[in-house]
Parts: sequence; C-alpha cells; structure tokens
Amino acid sequence: MSQQTEQPEKTTLTVTIDGRAIEAHPGELLIAAAERHGTYIPRFCYHPRMREVGMCRMCIVEIDSGRGPALLPACMAPVGEGMTVDTQSARVKKAQDGVLEFLLINHPLDCPVCDKGGECPLQDQTLAFGPGETRFVEEKRHFEKPIPISDLVYLDRERCILCDRCTRFAAEVAGDPLISFIDRGNHTQVNTFPDDPFASYFSGNTVQICPVGALLARPYRFRARPWDLDQVESTCTACSVGCRIAVQSSSNRLVRKLGVDVDPVNWGWLCDKGRFDFEAVGSDDRLGAPLVRAPGAEDLAEASWSQALAAAAEGITRARIRRGPESIAVLGGARGTNEDAYAWSKLARTLLGTDSVDAQMGDGLPAQAVVGLPRATIDAACAADTILLLGPDLKEELPVLYLRLRQAVVERGATLVELSPVETGMTRYATVSLRYRPGEVAALARALADESAPAGAGERPGGLAPAEAVAQAAQLLRRGSLVCVLGRPSLAEAAQSVVDAAGALLAGLPDTTFLPALRRGNVAGALDMGLAPGLLPGRVTLDEGRPWFARQWEAIPAGPGLDAHGIITAAAEGRVGCLILVGADPLADFPDRELARRAMAGAGFVIAVDCFLTESSRRADVVLPAAAFGEKAGTTTNIEGRVSRLHQKVTAPGTARADWMIAAELAFRLGGDLGFDSVEGVWDEIERLAPAHRGLTAARLSSPEGFDGIVAGAARDAETTGGPPSMAQTDSPGIQGALAHTKVDTLASSAMGTSDKPDPTEGLALQPPDPSGGGAEGTATVAGRPAILQWSAPGPGAANPPPLDRYSLRLVVSRRLYDTGTFVHHSPSLAPLAPGARLRVNPADLTPLGVASGARLQVSSGRGRVVLEALADPGVPQGSVALSWNQPGPGAGELIDATQPVTEVRLETLSASAPGGKATP
Amino acid sequence: MSVTNAAAIISTRFAQADGHTLDGYRRTGGYASLRQALAMTPDQVIDEVKAASLQGRGGAGFPAGMKWSFLPKEVFPRYFVVNGDESEPGTCKDRPLMEHDPHQLIEGLLISCYAVRAAQAFIYVRGEMALAQERLAVALNEAYAAGYIGLDILGSGWSLDIVLHWGAGAYIVGEETALIESLEGQRGMPRLKPPYFPAAKGLYLQPTVVNNVETLSNIPWIIGHGGAAFAALGTEKAAGMRLFALSGHVRRPGVYEVEMGTTTFRDLVEAPVYGGGIRHGNKLKAFIPGGASAPWFYPEQLDLALDASVVGPAGSMLGSGAVIIMDETTCAVRAAWRLVRFFAHESCGKCTPCREGGAWLEKILRRILDGHGRHDDLDLLLDVGDNISPGPFPHPPFGGEDAVPFPFKQTTICPLGPSAVSPVYSSIWRFRDEYLLHIKEGGCRHG
Repeated sequence: MSQQTEQPEKTTLTVTIDGRAIEAHPGELLIAAAERHGTYIPRFCYHPRMREVGMCRMCIVEIDSGRGPALLPACMAPVGEGMTVDTQSARVKKAQDGVLEFLLINHPLDCPVCDKGGECPLQDQTLAFGPGETRFVEEKRHFEKPIPISDLVYLDRERCILCDRCTRFAAEVAGDPLISFIDRGNHTQVNTFPDDPFASYFSGNTVQICPVGALLARPYRFRARPWDLDQVESTCTACSVGCRIAVQSSSNRLVRKLGVDVDPVNWGWLCDKGRFDFEAVGSDDRLGAPLVRAPGAEDLAEASWSQALAAAAEGITRARIRRGPESIAVLGGARGTNEDAYAWSKLARTLLGTDSVDAQMGDGLPAQAVVGLPRATIDAACAADTILLLGPDLKEELPVLYLRLRQAVVERGATLVELSPVETGMTRYATVSLRYRPGEVAALARALADESAPAGAGERPGGLAPAEAVAQAAQLLRRGSLVCVLGRPSLAEAAQSVVDAAGALLAGLPDTTFLPALRRGNVAGALDMGLAPGLLPGRVTLDEGRPWFARQWEAIPAGPGLDAHGIITAAAEGRVGCLILVGADPLADFPDRELARRAMAGAGFVIAVDCFLTESSRRADVVLPAAAFGEKAGTTTNIEGRVSRLHQKVTAPGTARADWMIAAELAFRLGGDLGFDSVEGVWDEIERLAPAHRGLTAARLSSPEGFDGIVAGAARDAETTGGPPSMAQTDSPGIQGALAHTKVDTLASSAMGTSDKPDPTEGLALQPPDPSGGGAEGTATVAGRPAILQWSAPGPGAANPPPLDRYSLRLVVSRRLYDTGTFVHHSPSLAPLAPGARLRVNPADLTPLGVASGARLQVSSGRGRVVLEALADPGVPQGSVALSWNQPGPGAGELIDATQPVTEVRLETLSASAPGGKATP
Repeated sequence: MSVTNAAAIISTRFAQADGHTLDGYRRTGGYASLRQALAMTPDQVIDEVKAASLQGRGGAGFPAGMKWSFLPKEVFPRYFVVNGDESEPGTCKDRPLMEHDPHQLIEGLLISCYAVRAAQAFIYVRGEMALAQERLAVALNEAYAAGYIGLDILGSGWSLDIVLHWGAGAYIVGEETALIESLEGQRGMPRLKPPYFPAAKGLYLQPTVVNNVETLSNIPWIIGHGGAAFAALGTEKAAGMRLFALSGHVRRPGVYEVEMGTTTFRDLVEAPVYGGGIRHGNKLKAFIPGGASAPWFYPEQLDLALDASVVGPAGSMLGSGAVIIMDETTCAVRAAWRLVRFFAHESCGKCTPCREGGAWLEKILRRILDGHGRHDDLDLLLDVGDNISPGPFPHPPFGGEDAVPFPFKQTTICPLGPSAVSPVYSSIWRFRDEYLLHIKEGGCRHG
C-alpha cells in the first residue's frame, strides 16, 4: 500500500526487463514497475492496495541485482538501479508452471459451476500456460462446502488458494480482522473464529478481490456467467461518497456492482450496502405505471401518464391559483442525478413559482453552510496533518470514507480528533475523542478553536470533556493542516449547534477546510443544483443569483422559501396547497414523526415521484413512477463536489422514467417548457448557467480526465486565499460582490459579451468571473454570472438546550448502515441485516432503574413514548442515551421533537407502569 | 584424525545431579564469568567473543560476534531472543543444556545482553519440552532472587529482564523470523526476507539478536577462559567444541561434545566413547550429517571432518549437529517418506510450493509404499522437488558427478520446503533400485 500513496521521489532509476530498459521510481516494487511499462507478471496474492506478502510465488522471475540471476518474487522486490530482470526464461517458466500446478492439485476444477469461471485468474493462467493434464492422481483435499461466513458471503475452502487477499483486506483495509488462516500446512484454511461471523460492512470486497471462486456473494451466486454480463462504468449512489463502480447486468437485470479503483475516491472498495443494493432495482415492488387517486376514492389506481400528469398539473394549478405559488413545496431530489435535481429546481422556481424546495429532510445541515464552507476533498482530508471529525459515525453512514480516513490514520499516521456525543466506529482510531452533551457541541468547539479563552482546570466545555483533553486536542488542531469532516452527529440534536460549532472553528482556525458528511446519494449535487431554499444552481444565493437566473429562466420567486422543517410545519398547519415529494418519504425520514404525520394529513394535494410505494407516497394523490439507479444516465456530485457520470444499464420497469423527464413533462402540462429534451441537454444548461459548474463540459466529463470525476468549483480556494472572509448570506446579497475574487475585472469584461458560451480564457479555472468587481447592486450583475456563495458564521444562533434535570437523559439518534430505508428494505439480502432499535444506555444510568442490560423500558419524550430493549453500553456517556434511526418497529421517530434544540427522554421500567409507580432514579 | 582429549566445555554438568540448581552451578564456577564480563566494557566483551570465532550452533553457523555487531548503532530498545525451539528430527542438544544446565544458558544470555546493551531478553522454549521449561523457570527465579537478573545487576548499574516463553509446537518456529512472529503472538510464519533481518527489524520491529541455546551456553566459558583459548580448539574454520546428537543405528546413540574440525564422522560413529559402531555389526547404508533437512551422505563421506566448511562443499550441511545413522536394514523409501511426512506436516502453509509440494511428495511416497507406485513416479518426485528447489540440488559426488555444494535454491520463502526435497533426492539418486522394487513388487525386504 505504501508504494501507492507515498510520493515517488523525483529521481528515477533504470531497470532492464526482458532486455528493455525502463524507468522506475525508487521504492517501487518490480511487479508494479513492470506492469506500468507493459510487462504483466502473473500473480495471485499481490494487490496494489494492500501490503505485499509474497505467498503465492506465482510472480517469481529471475532478478539479477549484481550477484547473478536468482529466482525471486517480483512482488517482494523493490527496484534497484541497474537491476536486470528476465520474466521469460526457461527457469522462470518452469518455476511459474510449477506454482500453477501446485495451486491446481487440490483445486476442485469445478469451473463449470463456479461463479468465477470465465473471469478467474487461476483459470485464465491455466488456460494460457498450464498443462492440459494433471500429474496429480492422489486424493484431493476436502472441506465442507460452501459455508456461509457471513450473511452475504459464502466460502468454498476447496477452491481457495490461500493467497491471503481476503484476510489481509479484513485486517488491513477494513479493520475487521474476523477471518483468518486456521490450521497449518496443507490443511490451512481461511475461516472465521467460532461463532463469530465475518460481519463486516465491507465483506463484499473480499469476493471481488478473490482470485478464484472461493468467496461468493449470496446476491450474485449462480445468477450469471461472466460472458453473459454486460457492463457500464458508473457511480454508486447508495451514499454521498460517490464510489466509482462497474454496473453489470444479465438479461436486462442488474446482477452485480464492482468497485473500480480510482485514486481520489474509493480505491476499488465498496461497502456492502452499495455493492448489493442493486437488488432493490429489480424488485417486484417497483412502480411501473402512474397511480392516481380519483377524487374521493379510497385507493390509488393505475393510470396512464397522460391522465396522471393531467391530474398532477391540475392539482398544482389549483393550489397556485387558490393559495398562491408559495403554497407549493417540493421535498426531496437528493437520490437522483444532478440533471434530475436541476430540472426540479428549475421547475419549482419557474413554473411552480416557489422557493420552498429542500433536498434534505431536516436531517442534514443547513444548505448554505454545506455549499458555502471552504471545501476539502477526500484526498485533502486523508493528507491533512490533523483530521477533525464532527459528524455522524462514518463507518455506518459513509463507509468508504471511513476506509480512507482509517487508512490515513493507521498507515500514514494522520492524527484524528473526534467530537462525538457517543463512541463511533472511528473512536478507536482517534488520538483524542471528546464527548459532549447533545446540543452543546458549539461550546466544545469554541473551547478548541478560541485560544484566548482556554478551558480552565476542572471545566468541562460541552458538558463532558475534561479541560486537559480539550487542551490536548486544541494543540493537535494547530499542528499543521486541518480538515474538518462535518455532519450531523445526531438527528435528535438541532443542526444549528453543529453550524455554530463550524462557525467557531472557522473563527479560531481560519484555514480549516470542510468535508461535508451528508448521507443521501446525491445530496451534494442536489444542493449544488439549488434544491434548497435560498439557493440557486451553481452554489449561489437566491438574491445574488436573481438577476442572472431571472434572465436565463425568465422567472424567479420573489423571496426565499421554506426548508424541510418549515415545509413540514406549514403542511401540518394546513398552509401547503400542493406538496411534491421527489423520492422523499417524510413519514420515514423526517426526524419528528409526529410532525410529519400531521404534515401529510394537512397537506393539500400531494404528488409523489418515487420508485416504490412508501409510507408517504401511499398517501399521495398522484404517484409518478421514477427510474432508479442503473436505469438512467446523468451525473452525480459527491461530498467533495466531485461530479462523475452515471450510465444507464437496464431499462426501467413499465413506463417509469427519469425524474428530470417527469419534471419536463409536467412543465409542458403547466403550459411551459424547461428547455431541454435530453439528459445531455440538461447538463449543457447546467454548465452554461451554474457558476460553480462553468467549464465542466460533458466532453470533459466523458474524457479520461473525467473518469475519476471532476471537482466542481475547485479553483475557488486558491483564488480566495488571503482575502477577507466573505459574509455573504441571504440577507446581505451585496457583500458577496464587494469581496469578490481577485481576478475579477479582466475576466468579467470578457464574459460580459459572451455570457452564454464557455469563455475560452476560463478553460483553466472552473470559477466563473465575478460580474461586478465592485458593488453588486442591481443591473451591474444582470449580464454576468453571480458569485459563488462563501459562508461564514452568522454568530451563535442555537437556542440554548434546556437546563439539565436529574430525571432526563438526552437522546442521541444516529444512523446505521442497514435500516428500513427504501433501497435496503427492498434488497432481500440486506433487509434482514437491520440490527433493530435498542436503547443504548450507560450502565451507570441503568443501575438506578434497578434493571440490567436486556430489560425492556418505556422511553418517553415530549413527543411520545415507545417501549425498547435497553442495552448497557459504556460507549454512551452518562446522561445520554443512544438510539438507531429507522430500525424495524417503533423507535426514534416517535421521540424526536424537531422544534427543540435537543430531545430529552425519561426511562421507566415496565413493571412500574402501575398507577403512581414511576421509577424514581 | 582421531578422538581428541579436549575437555568438554558446555556439557560438564550433564551428569551432575544438582547442576541445574543455582547452588550446584555456583559450586562449579557459575556466574564468575558474569562478574568478569561486567568489569569489561560491552565492546570488550564483543571483541572477546569475536576472538573466539564462535559460530552459531543453530544450523546456519553464522559467527555470533559478527551477528551482534550488525545491530544498528544507538537504536533502542533492542531485544535479545534465545531460540530454544529445537524441533528438527534428530536434534536434541539444546534440550539437555536447558534441562541440566539452565544457569549456564542464563549466564551466557546475561553476558551477551550486556555486550549488546539490551535491557530485555526472551527465552523461547519449544512447547513440548516440559522439563526444560520447568528447570528454566526455576533457574530464572533463583537468578532473579540472587540479583543476577533484574535491576542494577551485581551493582553494575545495568539492568535486564528475561521473559520465559513457551511455544505451541510448530517446527517452523525454529526459523528465527517465525519465532519472532510467534513471540509477538502471531501465527508462526516466517517473515519475508528482504527487507527484515532481525538485527535491523526484529521483535516489534526493533533491532533483535536471535541466538541458539548452545551458542549462548559457550559464552561463559569464552569469557572465563578467553576467546583465544576457545579459538585454539578445533580448526581455524571450525573453532571450539560442539555438541553432536548422534542417533539411529549406532550402538551408543547420545549427545556428545566433540572438538570441531579435528573429529570426523567416522570417529563419531565408531569411537567407543561416542557411537561405538553400527548396531549388530551391520554395514552403514547412509547417514544424515546435519539434521533431517540435510541431504544424505553415504559411506564414502564418513571420513569428512565435523566442519561446516567441509560438509557444505561436499554437498550437505552440518546444520544443527544431528547425525542420523541408517544401516543396511533401512528401507530407503520408507526412510524418505518418514522424513518428508515430517516436513509436510510442519509446513506453515504460507507459500504455495512448500504447502502443496511437500504434501504431494508425501502422498506419492506413501502410495509407493502402499504398493501402488508407477514408473513415472520417480520422475514426478524429482520434478516436483525441482519446482520447490530448482536444481541442481546439493549432493555429494557419485556416479562420476561432482558434488553440488550446499545451500539449496528455493522457490519458497524459507528453507523448510527444500528440506522436504532432501530425502527424496538423496534416496532416489542412490537407491533407485529400491524404489523400482517397491513399484514392481509392492515392497522390499526391509519395508
């Protein structure tokens, strides 16, 4: 692994391979140097992303380092100046053939029934070089086969060639050393420890890197033969990391996703949810036809697109006429493509006439902060001297980001500082992990960032962290480059406290850059496309962008609209005439379920665009079937702002179509025209109009450069270095222009006349020119592109959490990788993996209740009460309790009060539920 | 050559009933050398050991003083590890040293640690050697109590801790990097070389010396009598005395301390004070000069000296000093199978040729013994062997061919794989007719 990440020194050295002199980097392994120059040395155990072990001996070649040729494994030999290598000599061939024969003697040769047959390195090498007949007439080694080693992976030990790839992956890359060699010699086998399955979120990677068919994925086993597969490259949308993948289908059904190795993102790895959630795409429950609820009817009934669109348009028009455009709201759009999001963003702002759009469901961070904070890439985070984690449990929510950061800490020695209300999957890798009381993270962040006000001895900033630990962490944050991974640690804690914390960090440590840790597949893209109130496509505020977009779009709402919480509240109060759900399911996803229920009941006309009938779309008046991942082309944007492409692989069920198409159709029905009729057309318009996406042409995205994805707005940080922090907020539109980028004037003048076409002088920078240079008032900006939002803290805004009382515990609600989310729920292999809702309580908080771990407790908050099994967990600090989000059965959604900065709960034993029998702690 | 009169150095307490106790050890001069060494500088101690030309007794025969000087300068902590995982079939010399004279080993270790300025040492004892473990544990406690180990040893200001560790029964752990892995709590598998030699990156990736029990047991005598006195014994290339474990078909199998270089295999086998000749007056058929992994010698090599620099060029190795005698009643095929079975069983399973090839060789030999041999099997055995240890394989001169000197080449990580090839080649080259008899008749008169 180290060969991959270390910067090769500038000097190169010369190695002669098969008579040809090649340049190699000092420290590079011979097997890698040879491959770079077109000489492929056969191998089984070597993997460029893991430590070399030299076990299979397949890569043995003759190496002469000055003391005569010797047979040595190329994967273990760092190149040396003047090294002479022969990969083709008779001795090499004999040794390699010998190894191949050794690997085959106990191999069952059941290729005809093996998943790997057709793409198997062992099979390929044998076919190319191996003998036609075996010399082995003894009894082969036998094992029971196959055995399940986890819920997702089967192991066939007879096929295994003991290359150590899966076991190394588990220990080195995933940090889940749950599979290992057991026994020895010819009886060596890979296996789990007794009663301890390979329950890793990354187990599917072992199937992909297995060089034989020893590890098999349950969702793929016996589904297809490799020669029947057709594939396209794409981007995973299971979370917002944006892993590059190959999507494979057979007979127009998705059957497999494989990780593709790109340096800036996933290094070839995927999490199991991302790898196996394709099952939902082929689910029988998919919607294939529009559904319409006839006026007064109880049930939804199938309808034609024409009928459904007409009904939808009528519902919209009625709301618009009777209650005004601001009574229309759009929720969702973070699960599709950028093109989908842009189309809905444009539809909402133009033909619907509303700014009440939100891709997040009150479970993320304020869009202005996400879009406007100085952004870091994943690589920058991994290369930082110190990584500050203030967000969700990355192992559960953004698993491949967890792998990358874990690697940075374990292999590169990066320092990790964590601020979290409870222990997370990253805690064990943190140099310092500070706990805080839910709702009080801003105080902790201020203590870390503000050197002028160090925490006094005995003080506990944020309620829990001792001053000495805070001081240690504060030092670590000042040791060098700092990247903050910022997200929402708990859904039961208002986002504002996180925003305040970010503001405090930025005030005290102004060079901090941020990597937003939001979850839904294309949430970053949706926000970039303006699916948030007060934001327009290309990371500009509504006010800043109004002149430009008003001209391009011909209409723009007068004032800012509501965010998800505002929309839900308004709907509950009967102020929403038409609610459009674009892949959104507020009844499942909005943290405050009670409020969401009232909203769905109180909303006027409801239109749902969805792949499935969900709790919410079931209650809609019109349901429009949407194409899912793999069924549509386009682009997505990951948390870094990296735009990468998706390709269509299979056709959508029935007449389901892409979200952007539905928006365009609806526009026609509303008497307008969004102005595009192909997904390429949408992107061309985005590139043309969205300031942060200027220069990100479809041609660039399709070029080799675009294979890794291209970071939108990447040039901005360099340009603004040294400038004063911008204060741009929705209420101060003019300031943005006043603090504009240094290059402004010349570029602006050239852009003035050619505003609709890419400017050739801007080829190097994705940054749009600032139109005005000085004042951003009025007409000066009409012809030019608006400036990109830069966020700075508006000052503490959080309501103070309520004072502590000794009967209440503060609730922490975090997500798990597997939950009752739509795609997991409809993936038969993944759905059973949701762990269920158990209330995790510090053992010291269970003692006063007189119950032990495993007892059932009644948990009540101001919103409601549920009965849950308690689990003693010392990782939860005293005074807090933790619960997983969206697990089967009643849970966190019934408890969270989204109107409060934190949700407090009380615990009662069930036996004490008799009148007056409240347990007293 | 003949049997010399040189006095024993390290086996003097084998017959002393209380030699393993602190009292018994001190009564016979124990721990005097430690005091002597502590009065010297560490470098002087190293020079003295270098002057002795003490070769490592574990098998590779690397000079001990040289090995110590390979430690990188001023890198601490550094560790000293005693390899007491003696497991090679036929080798049983370290065991009596640990059982009968544990304090001699401890004193040697103390002096050596002082020389290389280590503060932490480990004694790794083979899992099956219960008495050795017990005696060493008692001796360590005695030595701690007497102030020979621990803080400020004998008022010198220098401190050392010694940890006793027991193996779990894997032959491969005798290989020093596998031993280090095992000591760290990992599977006993050899580390990859390069880049890690223990001197640079050993235990916990710190500089580490790994020395054999017998090697260290010589150190007190060398300090007590001077390196020159030790070097004066034996020959220039084979200095000092050495324990040889003589086993097999001799009248008096046992462990004998023999002057190196001046004594021959014939002396060892025939001298009345050593082997006393072949049992029942039988003829010698073949012998293994240096443990089960060494290529075989035959009667022509009996007059070679017990000297690694003689045995290596002659086509085998002196190895761990285990001489196994096979008389004319031995079935060569069965002997080869028995040895191969050991190596196949003890393969750690890490690299392919050893894991698969060793087991394959064993299966073919077993099949021949069971009467199901095929004519092709001999070529197959040789070719499988060649894929583990690409030829030419070391052997003594015969059939008009010159000797091929040791060591063997290997496609494996460590020499365990080629060790399984030794008995196969040695037996087929010399006793092909016996194999053919087994293949044709289903057996031979011996086995």
